Amino acid sequence: MQTEIILKMEGICKSFPGVRALHNVDFVLRKGEIHALMGENGAGKSTLTKILNGVYEKDAGRIMIEGRPVHFKSPQDAQNMGIGTVFQEIALCPNLTVAENMFIGRSRDVFVNWKQMNEKAAAMLRSLGIPASPTQELASCSIAVQQMIAIARAVDMDCKILILDEPTSSLDEDEVQKLFALMRELKARGVGIIFITHFLDQVYAISDRITVLRNGELIGEYLTAELPQIELVAKMMGKALSDVSAMKKQEPSKSDKRVPVFAAKELSSAAGVKPFDFTIHKGEVNGFAGLLGSGRSESVRAIFAADKITGGEVKINGKRVKIRTPLHAMKHGIGYLPEDRKSEGIIDELSVRDNIILALQVMKGFFKPLARKQAEEFANQYIKLLDIKTPSLDTPIKSLSGGNQQKVILARWLLTHPMYLILDEPTRGIDVGTKVEIQKLVLKLAADGMSLTFISSEIDEMLRVCSRLIVMKDREIVGELSGENMTEQNVMHMIAQGGK
Amino acid sequence: MPRFKARFDRLSHLFFPLSVLVILLIINLLKGADYFKITMVNGVLYGNIPNILYGASELVILSIGMTLVTAAARGQDISIGESGAISSAIFVQYVLNAGEVTIWTILVGFLISCVAGLVIGAFNGTLVSFFNVQPMVATLILFLGGRSIAFIIDGKVSPILANPISNKIGTVIPGVPIQTPIILTAVFIALVAVVLKTTNLRLYVEAVGINPNAARLNGINPKKVIFLTFLLMGVCSAVAGFIAVNKVGRHDSVNLLKFIMMDAILAVALGGNSLSGGKFSITGSIIGAYTIEVLNRTLLRLEVNPEAIKAFKAVFIIILMIVASPVVRVYARKCLGKVKTFVAGNAIGKPGGLNQAVISSMDSSAKKEE
Repeated sequence: MQTEIILKMEGICKSFPGVRALHNVDFVLRKGEIHALMGENGAGKSTLTKILNGVYEKDAGRIMIEGRPVHFKSPQDAQNMGIGTVFQEIALCPNLTVAENMFIGRSRDVFVNWKQMNEKAAAMLRSLGIPASPTQELASCSIAVQQMIAIARAVDMDCKILILDEPTSSLDEDEVQKLFALMRELKARGVGIIFITHFLDQVYAISDRITVLRNGELIGEYLTAELPQIELVAKMMGKALSDVSAMKKQEPSKSDKRVPVFAAKELSSAAGVKPFDFTIHKGEVNGFAGLLGSGRSESVRAIFAADKITGGEVKINGKRVKIRTPLHAMKHGIGYLPEDRKSEGIIDELSVRDNIILALQVMKGFFKPLARKQAEEFANQYIKLLDIKTPSLDTPIKSLSGGNQQKVILARWLLTHPMYLILDEPTRGIDVGTKVEIQKLVLKLAADGMSLTFISSEIDEMLRVCSRLIVMKDREIVGELSGENMTEQNVMHMIAQGGK
Repeated sequence: MPRFKARFDRLSHLFFPLSVLVILLIINLLKGADYFKITMVNGVLYGNIPNILYGASELVILSIGMTLVTAAARGQDISIGESGAISSAIFVQYVLNAGEVTIWTILVGFLISCVAGLVIGAFNGTLVSFFNVQPMVATLILFLGGRSIAFIIDGKVSPILANPISNKIGTVIPGVPIQTPIILTAVFIALVAVVLKTTNLRLYVEAVGINPNAARLNGINPKKVIFLTFLLMGVCSAVAGFIAVNKVGRHDSVNLLKFIMMDAILAVALGGNSLSGGKFSITGSIIGAYTIEVLNRTLLRLEVNPEAIKAFKAVFIIILMIVASPVVRVYARKCLGKVKTFVAGNAIGKPGGLNQAVISSMDSSAKKEE
């Protein structure tokens, strides 16, 4: 029974214009199994699941369900074959009742038998142990219960295969346990569950098997019990445990008396990072290492007050200051290049010029606009300095390539002459040449006395640029590495063992 | 030459509103060649053009405020007419109770009505920016209740504003050849231009309208910016109310600036502005406002039955909006491209040029039909 295969995907390939998202990937799911699909960003997890649930069509390969080859043309096809998906963002209607949400759009009848529907829903909720009443409005349930109702909806469609894409990312620990209980219940019923998460501990708590993807390729399938966490981390990052490359060691800070530029104590924010201490010195480049979702972005956002600050004290150059909004942080000489360039960095319809001068302009104030000539001068200066390729100053930034957009945002912050600049994933999604340029620029800025925090998903890059690494796991700082200790192996060890 | 091109690009968004205006003017010229004729009566200029400028003054002022609100709040204020009725009611009451009316009475009354406009703007702005109410829903409150409030302030039906100064503001000042509302509108536009020049209003509003998240991470407080646009809208309403009440010489709380928000929103759209916020062009909206006035008068000139005018206007606007819609624009660009390749193909003398172009255009139209 345990070994009965319900889903077999063989040699799946999928390309998007310019990107090979999946190459020759195999995936096998057995009946009554919770199978974790692991990989860093861009590894191809979501592409694979989207092929499975019919959102994308595969370029090549075979999908077999219970031994029969199938071909999905639409999500509806996949649903009819018993594949249910629950996404990270709950795709239900909050203002409808629980029962309505479970059955909405399911029947072709014009009239609804409310009584029958509610009874059916109640029976379903009871059998799955979901603490909700069918006539309750969905919005009045907690996020975890909503998540469970989404699962119940999927399960009710006679689903044999259930895809859970990051179901736990917005749940607290209690809620996660409730969700796990439901997953075990479904497992006992013989449903095959594909579980995608960034929380390693959850993978080990619930999954039977792990499949690791990296850069669109299959790395391997393992029994969870036989794969130590450290090896999993290594496989996800693409570094063999023994592969200690000859990394150019970072020079220790030149000045002996290290001046702390920014120091935070017990800093915490509404984004849910545990209170942490953090110090950065003049001319230092440090980095936050950790897997996606480990809280590295949330930490630097707290430094910049990008999320609501809920506690802690901050000292700048030894003086206590209050930083409650991004503007406060900017006025104290902090700059922040956000991780999500598109939704938080660029103002896409505005011109390259306006995007470059934005932060400086805001710091100068509402009543002191830069003269057009001055603005153009500044913009031209940085376009030249960073070699930004743009047809003109008036070109909307959205028509530039990703790398050039990122350089514009960099220019925006460099123009404010910050003493401390936070770069969250400055090199994501940009070409290799620009990546190297940005790394060089970071080192040059540090040599000129600026302090920087540099975050990247690529550990190589951080080791090359940073002189100190702060390691995070599950929204908590678990350790710090610097000098000789700063190796990939140590980072992986810390992520795997830390916090325990 | 490249500088000219850059300037041309910057002004290209005015192409649509200007072309509509030009089409309307041509229609009028066809109807009668004396359309642009201006006559001097008692030392004042009259004619179609002065009448249009005179008639559109309130709409122009309101459409400026509407542009800002639309750009920042990604929604529209539908209470502007009511807001103008309230603030002008306060103005009228102040003047009527002041005893002897001097230029100072009028000025103080005007300033008080502007403060009332600010209060109304603050009310709407608070609902939208701090309580996250949809702009149209938030302003629906005053849209429904505003005229009653104005009536309560009036205390009776249509108090008469009969004094020589109001009369001059509403019509002409002796010795000045241009009607006063036209001058006031021009002054207001100039003031707005100065504000845009000396502050970062445009940058802040556009940044907030395009991407409030990114704006916030660059130190802009989106809530404050949206609130500010509603304050400015309040002032615009007060000024428009002031002009309107002086024009008619009495405060008719039921009909003063009635349904003008529809025209103001239309002016913003005609001006090439996106109704879902972001980059804005006040020049475009002003042209749009005058275009609407021209349209109204054109329909009258074409002797459309006054009862039927609204229907004609609606038809005209539907045509305009479809022509200007992105769907048609993309299609037009495609057709233009085809024509270009066709012409190029012919010029080279390729025998297949014609056939290919025809076949490919047939293909695409066949696809459309599917």
